[in-house]
Amino acid sequence: MISVSPEIWSAITLTLQLATLTTVILLLIGTPIAWWLARSKTWWKEAIGTLVALPLVLPPTVLGFYLLLALGPDGPGGWFAGLWGARTLAFTFEGLVIGSVIYSLPFVVQPIRNSFEAIGERPLEAAATLRASPWRTFTSIALPLARPGFLTGAVLGFAHTIGEFGVVLMIGGNIPGETKVLSVAIFDFVETLRWQEANLIAAGMVFFAFGVILTTTLIEKRWRRSGL
Amino acid sequence: MSAAGNIRRLATMVLSTALWISLALHANSGEVRVAVAANFTAAASEIAKKFEAESGHAAVLSFGSTGQLYAQISQGAPYGVFLAADQTHPQKILDAGLGAGSPPMTYAIGKIVLWSLDPALIQGDDALQEGNFDHLALANPETAPYGKAAMEAMQALGLAKILEPRLVRGNNIAQTYQFVATGNAELGFVALSQRVGNDNGSQWAVPENLYQPIRQDAVLLRGGENNEAAIAFLNYLSNPEAMRIIAEFGYGNSVDGSSQ
Repeated sequence: MISVSPEIWSAITLTLQLATLTTVILLLIGTPIAWWLARSKTWWKEAIGTLVALPLVLPPTVLGFYLLLALGPDGPGGWFAGLWGARTLAFTFEGLVIGSVIYSLPFVVQPIRNSFEAIGERPLEAAATLRASPWRTFTSIALPLARPGFLTGAVLGFAHTIGEFGVVLMIGGNIPGETKVLSVAIFDFVETLRWQEANLIAAGMVFFAFGVILTTTLIEKRWRRSGL
Repeated sequence: MSAAGNIRRLATMVLSTALWISLALHANSGEVRVAVAANFTAAASEIAKKFEAESGHAAVLSFGSTGQLYAQISQGAPYGVFLAADQTHPQKILDAGLGAGSPPMTYAIGKIVLWSLDPALIQGDDALQEGNFDHLALANPETAPYGKAAMEAMQALGLAKILEPRLVRGNNIAQTYQFVATGNAELGFVALSQRVGNDNGSQWAVPENLYQPIRQDAVLLRGGENNEAAIAFLNYLSNPEAMRIIAEFGYGNSVDGSSQ
């Protein structure tokens, strides 16, 4: 049995930080997007919906390639980094967060949108006839009713970010403590034939994934039973 | 149409396609799959083109870092020939019983250059000494021999410790090049072969006494043992035409052709 080295610990904490921050950001920007997609009557909303869903289909290499250019000195990321005197957002934790938000966007928006749509017109109209303001309707009716969607979205966004590999490999530069996340650490261990360590993290991730999916399913089931 | 009928039809289609593909492969028996270290990408493609024209065999090239390719081969990847970027991995191939028995041969001697898109940044090793940059790219020293050589050069200059926090590691030398080419890293250690025919930016050919010569060995794999095309490809590497291409890409030619 080998112990968990500082190298692996640093990859674990970094990965958890990345996934947590990404999920929080995605819930903040994903909720209004999902609400708009669920409620809007505009004919071009499905074009936006498609844009949001694109990362589901595109290979991570496509995202990684465009991100490498976009984060670099000639792209918007380079301009942004210039605000604090840096040249590029590639090879930084911030760059990974941007990449992860784009990469995991559909996994958060889609379930929340579905939940909003499942509410239907009636509860919202009822609230309106009781003179609830649109904001009040949203916070006291829509948000609580869409709870399962938020749970699924948050879990999927978090888990998908933890499993992210191709994008990080292409824009990360493999810097310990900054961009060397678990998936990249596994890749490195496999390549350098340190298969025991690779096995340790890989098996850990299998258990983690199993636990996450099982727990989510059980929570959803309980909510459904209690009529929430 | 029933679901079972659909599945049956699909299965028939898949099977017949597989059969067709395997027949097509057998008709063209003179084919070799070659695992090529990333630094040798351009040269290998050119050599393969000439080889195919002259021999009538086909050479299918796969690129990656030497360590990555080795890990694949050790797990039974169907390559006939391995063009590594060092001597260690071909030797490991033999030790692990993955080779066809014949000793490795040195087909090229690699060189590293320090390169930047900025035409004014690099003059000799000044850029490294002064350190006016955020990111210095190199190939992962753990898996890529060109990264190891870059590390040795920095150690020889006494700069390895100071520069460590600014290093970004490409998965192989091709990705390292891409980090510099996109401007994300201001400068980086790349292979001389990648810079042949390009004169943009500024560069410094790292003196060869600062790092161990990168002797790149080729080895016949067990998968290529009875493959005429694999043996022909390996022999073709010491053909004058191939050696001309290798030199053209900035590699040193091995003096005796054998691996010492």
